[in-house]
Amino acid sequence: MKSGEATATANRDEAGLITRILAGEKELFHELIRPYERMVYMTVFSIVRNETEAEDGAQDAIVNAYRHLGKFRGDAKFSTWLTTIAVNEGRQKLSRAKRAKEDSLDEPIEGEDQELTPAPLTDWREIPLEALERKELREALRSAVAELPGIYRQIFTLRDIDGLNVAETAVALGINTNMVKVRLHRARMMLQKRLVPLLKTTAPVRKSSWWKTGRMPWS
Amino acid sequence: MELNCKHVWAHISDYIDDSVAPELRADIERHLEHCEICSAILDSTRNILVLTADDRTFELPVGFSKRLHERLARELAEEANAPTVN
Repeated sequence: MKSGEATATANRDEAGLITRILAGEKELFHELIRPYERMVYMTVFSIVRNETEAEDGAQDAIVNAYRHLGKFRGDAKFSTWLTTIAVNEGRQKLSRAKRAKEDSLDEPIEGEDQELTPAPLTDWREIPLEALERKELREALRSAVAELPGIYRQIFTLRDIDGLNVAETAVALGINTNMVKVRLHRARMMLQKRLVPLLKTTAPVRKSSWWKTGRMPWS
Repeated sequence: MELNCKHVWAHISDYIDDSVAPELRADIERHLEHCEICSAILDSTRNILVLTADDRTFELPVGFSKRLHERLARELAEEANAPTVN
């Protein structure tokens, strides 16, 4: 969930909405789900890695959430409960596609305990936020995330794209919070390592001139 | 405590999430003051997260929302025959 969506959901009475839906005002489910559409899609996509399957899976997850809304208990956040359903839907789709072995969350990942060294370059810090406006960078990040090993891609998606906190991510994926932190750290470092050289290649920094002229070297 | 670069790298993610103990945080900040390499790693990682949080980076497929709500509408209509939500 992004900050804007978080604000939108913070100002509404979700528990009240759910009570009214269960009491028969079913149409309100459209309203309940609207802030979470993106989160559900991204969660399923992080598991199945295919747009069509992710859309099917996200729809199925949301329909399932509707059908089982009566089982939702207010002790968890609705967003966490919904993400758990989305994760299960994604996993089911993946195993149906017989790709479970390749990407299973339960499989130990080789080298997980090894230290991961970030890319020690100094150029990036000097690239201003405007550079982040570049479309190629967003595409590079999408590719880099798509190519992360499954467990890291899923953690990164729930935590940094969907905006769940560590405890919510742990619940949704059925792992402990320490594992979330360790894997999130590795995911972020893998992305850093992958993107820093790429940015350097596409945007060589000529320190002596471009800061003075105000022109970016790639413009 | 005097930290070396590897120590700092190991805590970068927690540092960004503000989930390191105050003492460690102070040690990391002392290190960052004089270490350009670690500062660059921290900044680049933060930038990646800024880019990640940009809605344009990870977009929904065009028409996703419309198709979803159409499907929901069908589900709700079918449910009219079996009105218990559970």
